[in-house]
Amino acid sequence: MAEIKSSRIEVSDGALIPDKGEHSLFSAWRLAFFGAIGVLILLPVLSPDPYLDIIKFIPDGILKTFEVTVLSIIFAMIIGLFTGLGRISRITFINRLATIYVEVVRGIPLLVQLFYIYYALGKMVQLPRLTSAVVAMSFCYGAYLGEIFRAGLQAIPKGQMEAALALGLSRSQAIRKIILPQTFKVIMPPVGNEFIALLKDSSLVSILAVSDLLRRGREFASTSFRYFETYTVIALIYLVITLFLSKLVALMEERMQHHER
Amino acid sequence: MNDKPIIRIKNAVKTFGTVQALRGVDLEIKQGEVVLIIGPSGSGKSTLLRSVNRLETLTAGEIRVDEDSVTDRNSDIRKIREEVGMVFQSFNLFSHLNVLENITMAPLTVKNVTKKEAAETARKLLKRVGLADKETAYPNQLSGGQQQRVAIARSLAMNPRVMLFDEPTSALDPEMIKEVLDVMLDLAKEGMTMMVVSHEMGFARAAADRVIFMDEGLIVEEGTPGDIFSNPQEPRTKRFLEHIL
Ligand SMILES: Nc1ncnc2c1ncn2[C@@H]1O[C@H](COP(=O)(O)OP(=O)(O)O)[C@@H](O)[C@H]1O
Ligand SMILES: [Mg+2]
Repeated sequence: MAEIKSSRIEVSDGALIPDKGEHSLFSAWRLAFFGAIGVLILLPVLSPDPYLDIIKFIPDGILKTFEVTVLSIIFAMIIGLFTGLGRISRITFINRLATIYVEVVRGIPLLVQLFYIYYALGKMVQLPRLTSAVVAMSFCYGAYLGEIFRAGLQAIPKGQMEAALALGLSRSQAIRKIILPQTFKVIMPPVGNEFIALLKDSSLVSILAVSDLLRRGREFASTSFRYFETYTVIALIYLVITLFLSKLVALMEERMQHHER
Repeated sequence: MNDKPIIRIKNAVKTFGTVQALRGVDLEIKQGEVVLIIGPSGSGKSTLLRSVNRLETLTAGEIRVDEDSVTDRNSDIRKIREEVGMVFQSFNLFSHLNVLENITMAPLTVKNVTKKEAAETARKLLKRVGLADKETAYPNQLSGGQQQRVAIARSLAMNPRVMLFDEPTSALDPEMIKEVLDVMLDLAKEGMTMMVVSHEMGFARAAADRVIFMDEGLIVEEGTPGDIFSNPQEPRTKRFLEHIL
């Protein structure tokens, strides 16, 4: 019987914690999250030199990391939307193009892509470093998000498109009014996970001299020679941010399941 | 009912790979006629219905709705689809829209109507299918029978001249079948031209002008409900009826 199935899609590579169903006071997530925050607070209190200096030096980097991440995910969403539509297109040329793009991006390490785009772009136009970084990250993550869009589009029961066509809508009207709004809903959690992955990978742009969180750490360490202390703080900050975001994604997922009765 | 055929199907052939779903179907349906299509699973009933609004493209043959050719690649299929409503076994309500929005979506998108007009029409239709109090509900908050009635209202909102029903009650729990059939019965009484794939004998006897028995992609036998159900001529029809009665 062709009942309408719930359209949840699973995409691997998400965050490990928080694990659903783990609600105890000492869940892995709580231990990690509050532990990391505790250490971040304790260190500067117990040993202001160098931790207080580090903590004062870092915030600009956090902002820059978010700037790169947010800009990149926005452009990656746009690229991903068209890539996903391309991947399910019946027009062979468009379908091939989208598939090749995805395969190429998936086959090259992100760091290599960053270098390549940065220097290849550099040969043609002189772009600000931040722009190159965002272009490279969006190009790469556009492919990953394209796969999420494709899975999301394919998760919408085909009766939705048929009903829309039968009512006299054109294909593109049906995609805009019926398919995409439902797709956006189902892909929210996987996109959230990609956002987290992108935030972590954005540390790679420090190589391009974008002064993100990691870069700020390197700058501090190379003048103070306090490498261990600096990178401890950097690691903890990344951890707190990603754990916090993972929790948001998990809550989003939970709410979505509630909505599906 | 007048004698002018509104749907004309000539030698409809449809193959899926090696499967012959339709093997040359001829059928004319007059304006206001209610035609019931029965037959075993896989006999091509859905394919025939879905060819009328070109959800399936025929391999050979021709279908016309009024004077417009459905099968001609150059004809504006969207215009034809506005005239031909379709109700599916699995309802296919738009799950992100509430009941009212489900009904007003197509008129607002493809017809030149204002929001107010569309909502007024929708409310009238909801009243007609007995769901006036559900306009803000979402599909997953409705029972199967309610969803199917909304789906019928959604089709009617386009003001079609023909309605296609593909097993509209087979996904429903028994206690909900009647509420949907009653709506269809009303529609038939008001003179809607209907092509209905269904094995609901009660509906057939009450509303059908003609019953068509299909098997293996062909029309095997047709006649009035009385003829077909009480006095079938073909052995295959007899065997099938023994099976479902
Ligand atoms: N999209 C499709 N692809 C391949 N075969 C199909 C498709 N749709 C229908 N068929 C085949 O065509 C035949 C007729 O199917 P259908 O019209 O759905 O029969 P019915 O509605 O009478 O059960 C069946 O053998 C079915 O398997
Ligand atoms: Mg069928």
